[in-house]
Amino acid sequence: MSSAEQWTQPGENPAATAAKPTPEQVIAGLRATSEGGTELVQLLNPEGERIASPQFDRYVEDVDAEQLRGLYRDMTMVRRVDREANSLQRQGQLGIWVPLLGQEAAQIGAGRAMRPSDMAFPSYREHGIAWCRGVTPQELLGIFRCTDHSGWDSSATRFHPYTIVIGNQVLNAAGYAMGQRLDGRVGDDGGEATICFFGDGATSQGDVHEGFVWASVYDAPLVFFCQNNQWAISEPTERQSRLPLYQRARGYGFPGIRVDGNDVLGCLAVTRWALEECRLGNGPVLIEAFTYRMDAHTTTDDPTRYRLSDELEAWKLKDPIERARVHLSRNGLADNDFFEQVASDTDELAAELRDFCVNMPDPPPDRIFSQVYADPSSVLDAERDEFLSYLDGFVGAGER
Amino acid sequence: MMAAPAKAGADIGSSSVQNLTLGKALNLGLRTAMAADPKVIVMGEDVGKLGGVFRITDGLQKDFGEHRVLDTPLAESGIVGTAVGLAVRGFRPVCEIQFEGFIFPGFDQISSQLAKLHYRTQGRVKVPVVIRVPFGGGIGAVEHHSESPESLFAHIAGLKVVSCSNPVDAYWMIQQAITSDDPVLFFEPKRLYHSSNLKAPVDTAAVPDPLFASRVVRNGNVATLAAYGPSVKVCMDAATAAAEEGTSLEVIDLRTLSPLDLAPVFDSVRRTGRLIVVSEAPPESSITSEIAARVQQECFYSLEAPVLRVTGFDTPYPPTKLEEHYLPDLDRILHAVDRSRAW
Repeated sequence: MSSAEQWTQPGENPAATAAKPTPEQVIAGLRATSEGGTELVQLLNPEGERIASPQFDRYVEDVDAEQLRGLYRDMTMVRRVDREANSLQRQGQLGIWVPLLGQEAAQIGAGRAMRPSDMAFPSYREHGIAWCRGVTPQELLGIFRCTDHSGWDSSATRFHPYTIVIGNQVLNAAGYAMGQRLDGRVGDDGGEATICFFGDGATSQGDVHEGFVWASVYDAPLVFFCQNNQWAISEPTERQSRLPLYQRARGYGFPGIRVDGNDVLGCLAVTRWALEECRLGNGPVLIEAFTYRMDAHTTTDDPTRYRLSDELEAWKLKDPIERARVHLSRNGLADNDFFEQVASDTDELAAELRDFCVNMPDPPPDRIFSQVYADPSSVLDAERDEFLSYLDGFVGAGER
Repeated sequence: MMAAPAKAGADIGSSSVQNLTLGKALNLGLRTAMAADPKVIVMGEDVGKLGGVFRITDGLQKDFGEHRVLDTPLAESGIVGTAVGLAVRGFRPVCEIQFEGFIFPGFDQISSQLAKLHYRTQGRVKVPVVIRVPFGGGIGAVEHHSESPESLFAHIAGLKVVSCSNPVDAYWMIQQAITSDDPVLFFEPKRLYHSSNLKAPVDTAAVPDPLFASRVVRNGNVATLAAYGPSVKVCMDAATAAAEEGTSLEVIDLRTLSPLDLAPVFDSVRRTGRLIVVSEAPPESSITSEIAARVQQECFYSLEAPVLRVTGFDTPYPPTKLEEHYLPDLDRILHAVDRSRAW
């Protein structure tokens, strides 16, 4: 399926021009990047209709009504977590929040394609992947309430800490995947794989390019999962690349594929395929999930300064949750009771999250010095002792 | 892709004492560490077939296989960044940066990931990576091949930084750095790698000093010289010359730069009252300035003169036709001793 030649030969219908906006589209604020081009893999269209895919159907043939409902529920739950956390930031309970709004299908599709033995390296917007890995929304909050730098057990969940420096995690993931191969855990269906998440902006980072080089020359079982949400804060994808991002893989000698990132079934199928390729020893693989950041970069950002609302309105018609809902309804795969139950579950989750958040204690001052090193440092120990003894000198210090 | 391991630990030798250069001692230390733990892997540019541009990893790939000694693509961020991932996976990578002047593409990974993952995860993730860095001048090289950037790394919380000055320490310290669960920047005095004058008997059956400890290497009572890496030998030569003129100098090999182990320095300064810190690095905001600050704090009433420094200058490394002026030498050190005594 994925000989190097296949992917290093230019296609007959290169989609490079598909991303080029017409002057009319630019004037209308509708950049052509709202369309994914002719090579876009799509199993559910925005109207919720199932589109046959000779290449990828077999990767979701086991997905029955119950699993589809599960995917819908996952997306709805993480959207509610996202909206609740966004509100908590607005109310001063979080220092910052990084919205995933609009990227639920990309993340739930990819996250549910993983096996427990696979490893994930996220950026900092991967709340949906966290959900799939069993990291609770509560465990995410410490980072954004600024009480910790990473609150979950990354080896038990196989979900690496969020990486905030853009693109760093791609090299860390390449190293981890090299280790899976060195450990002899690649080569059959029981093998392991790694998946690494990053955005369109990160594709300009040297670390991402080096990650492509390392993973390819060491045949690492690594899926590069790029969520192209069209915006790196204020910079459109045109500032990062001349050609569609998935086509970059050709230059490194491995497969690159663009999937509709708002199509949860498509993302599930394509990621399952990619992880299977990696487990079998045919990695790495690049997936570009073509999606849209429907909210701001973070709660400190103001997208009205750099993009027109027409664009957002166009993408609302492609909403990942809405199309799954329509698909379930139209095909009689879910009834009203189901949708009401999910809505009630999201309310409950949001209430729990809010309650947890507002009651999170601040860490004690000696936490500053905790676990800088695995083995003690006499210099740091002395610094800590001096500071704590200074604090103890205040009246009422003992009551702290 | 990977060859099966060959006879691991081969060629270590039968006698426990071998007369080795610093470079050969490092090679033997790496070999011993690899034989002791199959999770130890060596990675870097040209470290395999070639044995590294300085031959420090000579023969390791032949004996341990391509799956233990990785010739990497030519990108330092990639070397460090993938080493971090390998460590998360459970390996103990030993990276070679070819020359210290090429470490900066890897600086981001070193500072942002390697140094911080343990703290970020409150100890749940350990990153036992060693980064070997040939450093310092005196080899008549072109730009970027003679620098001393160790202070930049000592400034980063989460890293440990050490430097060896002789074959015995080289042999033990590299093994101790590899078994450390913290990331260690390991600075090697490249101009001494193959110095036959520095050859020393390395007893592989001995009990080594701890890694993060400095050591008095020559006793004296007039003034204290503190140095690390290539400057230790210069200080020892200065102390020998001073002794011929009847001046007794104490010399301390700092060995560990982060955390600094200054107790032996404080003890010494309380006896001698005078301290000269020697390093090839530019003096501003450096290891030497840190030592001066701490000694004035701890030994204020013992000091007979301010702490003086003999260092490189606050310039980029000069064209090497000028490096004999830039590098601390015997005369500059003895001049500093005279200034201290005359204060």
